[in-house]
Amino acid sequence: MSAVIIAILVLLGLATVFGILLGFASVRFKVEGNPIVDQIDALLPQTQCGQCGYPGCRPYAEAIAGGDAINKCPPGGQSTIEALADLLDVEAVPLDDEHGEEKPRSVAYIREDECIGCTKCIQACPVDAILGAAKQMHTVIASECTGCDLCVEPCPVDCIDMIPIETTLNTWKWPAPTPGVQLIATDAGRGRMQHGDAA
Amino acid sequence: MGHVFAFHGGIHPPENKRQSTRKPIRQAPLPQHLVLPLAQHLGAPAEPLVKPGDRVLKGQLIASAAGRVSAALHAPTSGVISSIGPYPVPHASGMEGTCIMLEADGEERWIEHQGLADFRRMPKSELIDFIRNSGIAGMGGAGFPTDVKLHLGEDHIVNTLIINAAECEPYITADDMLMRERAEDIVAGIEVIAHLLEPSHILIGTEDNKPQAVRALEKALKGCKLNIDIRVVPTKYPSGGEKQLIKLLTDVEVPSGRIPADVGIVCQNVGTAYAIARAVRHGEPLISRIVTLTGDALGQPQNFETLIGTPYQLLLEASRVSDRKLYRLVVGGPMMGFAVDNDQIPVIKTTNCLIASTYDEMPPAPPAQECIRCGLCEQVCPAELLPQQLYWFAKGRELDKAKHHNLFDCIECGACSYVCSSYIPLVQYYRNAKAEIRTEEAEQRKAEHARQRFEARQARLEAEKAEKEARRKARAEEAARNQAKKKDQSEAVAAAPSGGVGDLKALKTAAAVARTKLKKAQKAVDSARESGSGDLAALESELQQAQQKADAAQQALDAAERGDAQAAGQPDLKQLKTAAAVARTKLKQAEKALKNAEDKGQDGVEALRATVQQLTAKAEAAQQAYETAEKGESAGGADTAKVAELKADMDAARGKVEKAQKALDDAIASGSPAAEKMKAGVEKLQGKYEDARKAWEAAAGTAQPGASPAKLAELKADMHAAGAKVEKAQKALDDAIASGSPAAEKMKAGVAKLQGKYNEAHKAWLDAGGEAQAPTQTEKPDLKALKQQVSIMRTKLKKAEKALEEGEGSEAEVQELRQRHDAAKAELDGAEQARIAEAAAAGVDLKQLQIDAALARAAVTKAERALGKAGDDDREALRQALQEANLKAEELNQTLSRFE
Amino acid sequence: MALIRSSSPHLHNAGSTPKIMRLLLIAALPGIAAMTFFFGWGTLIQIGWAMLLALGFEAAVMKLRRRPVAFYLRDSSALVTALLLGLALPPFSPWWLTLVGVFVAIVIAKHLYGGLGNNPFNPAMVAYALLLVSFPVDMTRWTAPFVLHADDGWQVLGLIDTFKVIFGALDHSAIDAFTSATPLDELRHRGGLTTEEAFRESRVLADGVGAWHAVAAAYFMGGVFLLYRKVFTWHTPLAMLGSLAAISTLFYLFAPDNFADPFFHLTMGATMLGAFFIATDPVTAATSNRGKLYYGAGIGVLVYVIRTWGSYPDAVAFAVLLMNLAAPFIDQYTQPRTYGHAKPKRGLKEDA
Repeated sequence: MSAVIIAILVLLGLATVFGILLGFASVRFKVEGNPIVDQIDALLPQTQCGQCGYPGCRPYAEAIAGGDAINKCPPGGQSTIEALADLLDVEAVPLDDEHGEEKPRSVAYIREDECIGCTKCIQACPVDAILGAAKQMHTVIASECTGCDLCVEPCPVDCIDMIPIETTLNTWKWPAPTPGVQLIATDAGRGRMQHGDAA
Repeated sequence: MGHVFAFHGGIHPPENKRQSTRKPIRQAPLPQHLVLPLAQHLGAPAEPLVKPGDRVLKGQLIASAAGRVSAALHAPTSGVISSIGPYPVPHASGMEGTCIMLEADGEERWIEHQGLADFRRMPKSELIDFIRNSGIAGMGGAGFPTDVKLHLGEDHIVNTLIINAAECEPYITADDMLMRERAEDIVAGIEVIAHLLEPSHILIGTEDNKPQAVRALEKALKGCKLNIDIRVVPTKYPSGGEKQLIKLLTDVEVPSGRIPADVGIVCQNVGTAYAIARAVRHGEPLISRIVTLTGDALGQPQNFETLIGTPYQLLLEASRVSDRKLYRLVVGGPMMGFAVDNDQIPVIKTTNCLIASTYDEMPPAPPAQECIRCGLCEQVCPAELLPQQLYWFAKGRELDKAKHHNLFDCIECGACSYVCSSYIPLVQYYRNAKAEIRTEEAEQRKAEHARQRFEARQARLEAEKAEKEARRKARAEEAARNQAKKKDQSEAVAAAPSGGVGDLKALKTAAAVARTKLKKAQKAVDSARESGSGDLAALESELQQAQQKADAAQQALDAAERGDAQAAGQPDLKQLKTAAAVARTKLKQAEKALKNAEDKGQDGVEALRATVQQLTAKAEAAQQAYETAEKGESAGGADTAKVAELKADMDAARGKVEKAQKALDDAIASGSPAAEKMKAGVEKLQGKYEDARKAWEAAAGTAQPGASPAKLAELKADMHAAGAKVEKAQKALDDAIASGSPAAEKMKAGVAKLQGKYNEAHKAWLDAGGEAQAPTQTEKPDLKALKQQVSIMRTKLKKAEKALEEGEGSEAEVQELRQRHDAAKAELDGAEQARIAEAAAAGVDLKQLQIDAALARAAVTKAERALGKAGDDDREALRQALQEANLKAEELNQTLSRFE
Repeated sequence: MALIRSSSPHLHNAGSTPKIMRLLLIAALPGIAAMTFFFGWGTLIQIGWAMLLALGFEAAVMKLRRRPVAFYLRDSSALVTALLLGLALPPFSPWWLTLVGVFVAIVIAKHLYGGLGNNPFNPAMVAYALLLVSFPVDMTRWTAPFVLHADDGWQVLGLIDTFKVIFGALDHSAIDAFTSATPLDELRHRGGLTTEEAFRESRVLADGVGAWHAVAAAYFMGGVFLLYRKVFTWHTPLAMLGSLAAISTLFYLFAPDNFADPFFHLTMGATMLGAFFIATDPVTAATSNRGKLYYGAGIGVLVYVIRTWGSYPDAVAFAVLLMNLAAPFIDQYTQPRTYGHAKPKRGLKEDA
């Protein structure tokens, strides 16, 4: 009989201790707000292009937090998908073609002598990167442009081009070395040809 | 020679320095074309000051420093600027940069230049500016603008100046030869730097493989009063790295992410010291430097004093290069330099060495094998990193881990790659990873920036919307208030012709406020008196002041009231009337009370009776005053106020009539027996109304013999109101007929009556001169309005059509709408045509035409695009659309071309 | 003139992975010689057989992985694995034992984990441990050193006979005369005897132990050679031998009757082989110098613990595998202090 009582007491004691521990932890390590949305939002490219079907990056971040697919962001491309997969601990899936394809980063450029000053692109720009006024020609502040494409469609005279950002001496970066294994794997073919070239 | 410390790691690659030190420094041949990149240094590229065709002299400033971290550029020889444009520059990418191209004339004519007589007497800032204007940038390799480093004495305490003469990279001997042959100038340069930085100690760090240079320096230092030590360190790569040399000479480590000046140390290269000496002593800007030409592919390795801008090819040829043997052309040392594939690239300020190597000398790296983590790299890393781990992370794109493993402390010296037994290009992995991290961070920043801008825009749009809403509301309120005011005014005009009401009100308020203040002051004084506390005098004076103020305010109010009444020359009719009414009411109440009291036989009846009498007297007086005023007014000629009042009376009467009429109608409709009686009432009211109307008309007639615009407007409004009534009535009638109501007959009569009234009003308006204005409006069709109308029509039509489709609405309606739309359209087209014709006659509005043309063109391209995307079904239709668009565009284009 | 563009550095040291592997093979020669001298031709045959198998398996796997076979065979890493396994197996082990061992080492322990450089465990030791657990009888039937059964000079089983024994043509009973327990085994199964008594009573411990001393000395020589050639740093071997010596000294001083002396531990079994040839395998060891110290010390302690209280006679394989397991963890906490940093970093990420 006493054994049963002891067992019950011990379990009670354990329950109390762990209860206190859990309670303490929930107070001490309290998570403020919904940081997962912020974290997802931080990974998205913030082009605010709406290609995902949501009006901006944050709504999409909220949708992802709510369980939406992570492969709807063409500007972010595969790297964003991978980062999201890493963050959410889910499988990285290829980009959903339905929402567009990954393109090199670009900026909008207005051919200024064709611009009629309709301000339609200004209204479309989600980050206020286009300057101009009615009947005045407009121009894009390249450093603010996110390359979202949203200004192209509304232009009635099709005077906006998306120009891929070119590499300059300042933005050039060393390419990653060709992984050794691949180089070796093509030993008999391309690899040797390169050697021949080099020699 | 002081104690020398040690740094971790390091390697001992074959030195290969002997080849190029056998001959003294030679003057390189003068090139015909010089290429001068604008970015030869770290920081912002210089801004060109010359344009193609300009003739420049040797040493002339041709591009100025742009910004704090930047360096000026001078013409290395005399000649003509041929062009400014992109050209291959010394860069690992092999890309092009903006360069100034100079055609040498071979005369080598110097611009006037002069050294500084005594730099010690100059203000330091001027001396630094002088050096800055000489275009000097670090000659060791990185090319950091020297003047920036010389400013460090201002905000840092510089204990130690280190002159970097280690030249640890294999092959390079430019500094070695410079020290051997020109130690004097180097010491002179060190003196200038020391003067600017005021270090307590100067160390010249060099490796033990340059004994001749050390001897030359020692000799040059003999007469020098500065506290200079030459420290010879054991030859080990990379002892010439800034951080490594500092560790070697002082045992101090530069904290990660900081600069040596933060620990009281400044490093300068010997070549830089020499360049400073040339500038300060002789006034020569940096237009040449020593370049080592070496490598097995050269027949004559040696050092050249080379003009900046000299193409490599010229130097290689002067060293008898064997094109057959040349396999790899390395700019800089073999450990950190970069290989280029173009020998037309020019020498720049940081080019210290050119290695023309053969295949055997620098064979291509064998294919990389797997890392077996042998740890050799770790043993040689001078930054004490874990290169194999960094490689692991860089390869696996685990960039944050790489960063955590201090990737950014890597100095890219290449020691790890050198010893790697698996031939892994480690440095390239690190460079790539660093660039990736930087790009990622930049993108992160940009994304954050974009997010902020997006949110700011969102907030702005919200705010605008809210503001718009607020404004709309305000406008609505304003309109309502205006209407109310209009009504008020129409009533008040009579009452307050002089417009003194507002002032009066203000004065009244002021008086009230003054009174309140006075009371407060009085109270304060009283309480103070009671409590016997001090400052009574002050309070009393305050009280007096308040009293005065109150009196003044009251006086002002009285005066205003009086003045108001007098100035207007007319009694305030309205007020009087009100007063009379009030008096009457009071009288009535008093009478009632009296009666009550009498009935009940209460006390105080006497008093009440007296009150009643008093009140009666007052009321009579008020009534009299009113009546006299009224009489006086009418006698004094009908004025607008009177007219307005009359009108109001009339309106009221009319309203009553209408109400009664309606009640009567109801009664009749419901067959009430009271109908007869009501009819009589209505007739009576009608009579009254007629009276009022007559009175008004008479008054108005006398007041305004000529139809004034106001009157006209009023009439017009009446007319419109009448018209609206007619319409409404008509509609009601239609409804009634449709529903077969028995009241229809009667209503018809009512409508006819209303119509008559409308006609009357219309006539009255026309009589008053309204017709004069009406036709002028329609004379010129307002294109914009027409357009609007057309678009409205179109919208309506579309809606109707849609409704029709959905089974609602009637065909007829749509038809009608369509007709109306077509008519409007026709009108618009006509107007437009007329306008175009007009424009054509008077010179076309080219801009508009252009826009139209552009729109048409865009339509064509859009159509084309749609065609490209569309399926087979839509093709035909789209093609037609495209053709149409094409035609239109062509037409427009033709028109346009006709005028252009 | 065809110039090339390439990343710096443009110079390379002559050292290479195959070279390191070959140095290892050379360094093992004294040990091989000593083994052959004392235990007969078995060791040589085992090594040869294992190398043959290793090259075969390596080539097969490379073919399956669509990698250039010749290129990878040239790195000699398979040979080193085979060598270590061949040295560790009893000289008279049957051929299939070696086959299973090499298969496990090359195919499972190495290539299934991604090949050279990616294997978390030392392949030879994985194979050895597996064989020891699976075939304890075969794995503990060690050859008796010739000094035990002949007073008249060098007398071992002939080369042909050894072949026959290993490849099953001769029954194992035929070689019973040539087998005995190892000193470590002998000491473990000494019954109620004190250490000193055991050394007096047991023939292996009394007379045969010298053979093992000699073999250990040979491995030591090879190790010093490798140190001299800078194939590895002194950290791991010194830490391992030092910790083993320290802990055995401690217990020996405390209870000399129950525990063997430090010299015995340092020279018996695979201690020297492990210290210089197995624990120093860079792929599976800790990375930094400080990490290697922890890593080696861990092996030394584990070797002593398992030898003394475990149920297997030798413990180097298990100790090395256990510390292989701990190596990544050690790496995280033994990063060197980078130039310009006040203290070394810990863990993998800033927030970890």
